Amino acid sequence: MLLRPISLSLALLLTAAPVAAQTNPTPPAVTQAEPRETIEGTLSQDRTVIAIPALATASAQTVAGLRTDSLGRQIAEVIAADLERSGLYDPMGPSGIPAIGRAEVQAPRFAEWQSRNAENVVHGFVDANGTGGLVVGCYLYDTALGSELVRKGFEIQPGDWRRAAHKCADAIYSRLSGEAPFFDSRVAYIAESGPKGNRIKRLAIMDSDGGNHRFITNGQALAISPRFSPDYKKIVYVSYLNNRVRVFIYDVTSGSQKLVTESGNATFAPRWSPDGTQILYSMAVNGNTDIYRISANGGTPVRLTNTPGIDVGGSFSPDGKKIVFESDRSGGQQVYTMNIDGSNQQRISFGGGRAATPEWSPRGDLIAFTRMGGGEFRIGVMTPSGGGVRMLTNSWQDEAPTWSPNGRVLQFFRTSPGRDGKSSLWQVDLTGVNMRRLPTPQDGSDPSWGPVLP
Amino acid sequence: MTIRKSTAMIAAITMLAVGACAKKAPDTLPPAPEGTGTDTGAGTGTGVVPGSQEDFLASVGAMGDRVFFDYDQYNVDAQDQATLQTQSQWLQRNPAVRVTLEGHADERGTRDYNIALGERRANAAKNYLASLGVDPSRIQVISYGKERPAELGSTEEAYAKNRRAVTVVIGR
Repeated sequence: MLLRPISLSLALLLTAAPVAAQTNPTPPAVTQAEPRETIEGTLSQDRTVIAIPALATASAQTVAGLRTDSLGRQIAEVIAADLERSGLYDPMGPSGIPAIGRAEVQAPRFAEWQSRNAENVVHGFVDANGTGGLVVGCYLYDTALGSELVRKGFEIQPGDWRRAAHKCADAIYSRLSGEAPFFDSRVAYIAESGPKGNRIKRLAIMDSDGGNHRFITNGQALAISPRFSPDYKKIVYVSYLNNRVRVFIYDVTSGSQKLVTESGNATFAPRWSPDGTQILYSMAVNGNTDIYRISANGGTPVRLTNTPGIDVGGSFSPDGKKIVFESDRSGGQQVYTMNIDGSNQQRISFGGGRAATPEWSPRGDLIAFTRMGGGEFRIGVMTPSGGGVRMLTNSWQDEAPTWSPNGRVLQFFRTSPGRDGKSSLWQVDLTGVNMRRLPTPQDGSDPSWGPVLP
Repeated sequence: MTIRKSTAMIAAITMLAVGACAKKAPDTLPPAPEGTGTDTGAGTGTGVVPGSQEDFLASVGAMGDRVFFDYDQYNVDAQDQATLQTQSQWLQRNPAVRVTLEGHADERGTRDYNIALGERRANAAKNYLASLGVDPSRIQVISYGKERPAELGSTEEAYAKNRRAVTVVIGR
């Protein structure tokens, strides 16, 4: 996967077929306007209208079987879908609005977009670079101010066009919301099919919007609880291969996998450290489960918990110094924190019901978890000291939250009751609004959201 | 599980077997689905291999291959002890046989916790069999958590049947 950010003045120089507007490669002076909205002020209602016409092309060419003009429309569609899914914006186009010419990319007709009630407009281009690749550029403008807010340019292999679209959407989202980007990221999850009593569960991966979906395992062995390594090169997960419960590291590039640790005992519930050098896992010895930490390259595991109760799961704080985990040492499942050497174990969840599957936000400020009570599972968040509990969902069974890279959105899986009960992937904004189901080719569970791609 | 229910099940199985005998018997019997007896029982000359899963199920009776647990519990109660005593008698008659104890949980727990809970339950049953003199090295344990429910409904009745540890013959 190659996606090389370039400066857009360079992009314009690289463009294969010059048009009139490009005879002057110096972009117009940039007026940096303040972002018009903040996230807290714009949830659900009063979403910013952004016009996104199809990206222009200098000349329609076919590169690696893809036409630059078609890609211009598809990239605009992905950008619009990303921004719409964020819940903060009301994209317009590319259907139903005028297309733009290549010369307009840096000279928008602001009056026209204003007359269509668009507060912002996105323009861009897709050009062949003459060496089998593409140059994609995108610009965000404020229509009232008539000024450019942000621009991004990428030289890409044609097959990576979706990533260029996500990068453009990320630049737009970050510029307007002030939040860190998150669209250009990937999700590992479990694809489910078959009857409830004998589910086929396969490891699968996809982009954050469901694009570029790929099945990894064939379903012959039960697969559960995957996690992408921070560099996306590996996936740690549990496989029931050979009728045992063991944590494997799957190498996405080579397609091979290896055991995290050799043990006669069941190992499960794996998690990466933020730097990818360590793996947490849980191991049951004679029926008693405790949490261990081991180098991702193997070696001797370090036992972190030592109670007769079930200690299981675990998620590192983003600075890698603490671990949040669950334990039933007090009777039912509750959430605890500890240092990475196992010292200073403290219960942080109190209140009604049980608390499970804690996940530390990449921003460090919150811990997401599953609240169990009254026969229902709900997704909630709390501070690392257990305060400020807020429940975000209310369904029969919502389980196992995972954070977007910027800590603004949570994905989880939702199960329906009954003999035909199924699981599906959902996401919700940190504020509890903008609940959406993620598109997957089969049923889905155990989502795990990775970081923003470089 | 009640004795009356077990008797009814055996009667039903016998009727099935009689029906089968009326037709031409196949050369080899299909493998029995887990947890259901499809043979007439050991020692009746119907092709049941001593020490096999079929032999085990015929010996311990319908549902005698499993013990049940309360919500989030893993203690072996008096009824479980009786079931495991019956299992241990068969295991001691077939000392070369190895078994797997499968631990299961109902769907009202989170995935990873339920694997840990299934481990507790399977080990509790294993430890009780060991206390009755079954060599624990003959028993391997696997937890399926909530991945393999026996009953598919989302009712208390279904949950009660899913919180279980099942003994399965794996060979010699």
